[in-house]
Amino acid sequence: MSSMQFGIFTVGDLTIDPTTGSIPTENEKLKALVTIAKKVEDIGGDVFAVGEHHDSGFVPPSISTLHAFIAAQTERLILSTSIAHITTNDPVKLAEDYATLQHLSDGRVDLVLGRGNTAQVYPWFGKDPSKGVELTIENYQLLRRLWDEDVVDWEGKFRTALQGFTSIPRPLDGVSPFVWHGSIRTPEVAEIAAYYGDGYFANNIFWPKEHYIRLINFYRQRYAHYGHGTPEQAIVGLGGQFFMRKNSQDAINEFRPYFDNAPVYGHGPSLEDFQAQTPLTVGSPQEVIEKTLAFADYFGDYQRQMFLIDHAGLPLKTVLEQLDLLGEILPTLRAEFDARRPADVPDAPTHAARVAARDAKVAAEAAEKEGVTA
Amino acid sequence: MTTRVVALSSGLSESSSSTLLAGRITAALGQRLGAEVSIETVELRPLAHEIIDASITGFAAPRLAHVHDQLREADAVVVVTPIYKASYPGLFKAFFDALDQDLLIGKPVLLAATGGTARHSLALDFALRPLFAYLQTVPVPTGVFASPHDWGSEGTGALTSRVERAVDELVSLLAGAGTGRSFSDDIDLFSETMLSISDPHRPE
Repeated sequence: MSSMQFGIFTVGDLTIDPTTGSIPTENEKLKALVTIAKKVEDIGGDVFAVGEHHDSGFVPPSISTLHAFIAAQTERLILSTSIAHITTNDPVKLAEDYATLQHLSDGRVDLVLGRGNTAQVYPWFGKDPSKGVELTIENYQLLRRLWDEDVVDWEGKFRTALQGFTSIPRPLDGVSPFVWHGSIRTPEVAEIAAYYGDGYFANNIFWPKEHYIRLINFYRQRYAHYGHGTPEQAIVGLGGQFFMRKNSQDAINEFRPYFDNAPVYGHGPSLEDFQAQTPLTVGSPQEVIEKTLAFADYFGDYQRQMFLIDHAGLPLKTVLEQLDLLGEILPTLRAEFDARRPADVPDAPTHAARVAARDAKVAAEAAEKEGVTA
Repeated sequence: MTTRVVALSSGLSESSSSTLLAGRITAALGQRLGAEVSIETVELRPLAHEIIDASITGFAAPRLAHVHDQLREADAVVVVTPIYKASYPGLFKAFFDALDQDLLIGKPVLLAATGGTARHSLALDFALRPLFAYLQTVPVPTGVFASPHDWGSEGTGALTSRVERAVDELVSLLAGAGTGRSFSDDIDLFSETMLSISDPHRPE
């Protein structure tokens, strides 16, 4: 694995294929996600992430169940979220579910936490949608303690108090899954990421880069403010979106009906305007390489690049072809990003590296103590 | 220091009377303030597609984003719209729907409208004023409404005096009677929610 990680993120949307009128069943889409995940590993990708949704029209409400199934059929792939709700999930259950997944996958799990973007979900889980930011802060403060402390006494506003509670299983090797915080408009989420020295993820798909630059720069400055390193050493993940064919015009012709009818931006701007204004690339592998490499110019050197490729009704066969093409350009992307990357910018987080860092820190502290007593 | 004024005209026809009225108002402003004022007139019609796109995508394409920037920098705004079916046209509303909620806070605004008959004139007060109250702007008391009658020979005197009165009011507001409030894009590190992150153990 190189210093940067590449992967696929999906929201598992059930969308009509506008070219055929067909729509996958929930069963087909869930199985398709497993197929896509295994393919990501096959082409040399590093990460597969699924976005939590509870609305009909999407299939991934139970990510840790899905990921456990995928983990059993993969060997290297890191399983992540895009995002998991820190607002509506009980932090106690989050701590348990993802620690379980961490053990079963031998450390191949991390989390992107966020508020979620639909107000209607909150009451489905007994929460008040007007308290999104407060829930985010309190729930994450508790999740952090449940993983970092063996025995927790805790009292907050949004759930019953805990007395002498131990969340099980304890994190694998005593090191909890790495956490990123994802947001496209809430500076408090970037502040949480900075305060804890966690990663920050900007989905970077539907809007111009300026939206994300503002929050990423804020996160980098606050990361340094809290003493975790320089702004350049903060841990940043980005989304992206492409549709590739060997010839640029073939990609445009094939993708246009999907673009024109897509959820979120369909029936709005032209494909050409949207490509010019957002991170979307529809074109040749070389064009995807160039546009992706430019992200580091806007956002600074970063650790993880995720792509959205399976939405808008694109059939599984096409998605798998997209992954084959991604596999062909991955070595170039890795080499080019590594070449521009200063040595003091940290590598993407892995469980093994985090265990090694923890061990090194413990050894250094022990040595210092010995030095003092000697 | 030069006062920056942006005049928005949402007339939908070529050679619209709204643009004509915007011209009358900006000319009167120019006469009053002379070299101290820079006035930019923006037509919404050529931005129609970008305005609707922004309501779908949630972001402004470059030409529309430039107009948002002009408004952010403006010291005062002149707004002129035709009245259709008892209110402003949908495009006019869509333009303000796509604008940052707080962008116009505290800015003096001169409201003006045109219509096919004088019976539309109160739309200025019943339709436009609530919108600009919501946006926390400071509209001048005199709204300028122009009907076909006003463009005729017997009406122009009355229109001219309404334009002058509204411009006087705008100039007076610009002279320093403003609210002292303005839009800020800064992130407040000391809000209650921010402090609950950076100082989690602080007493309530």
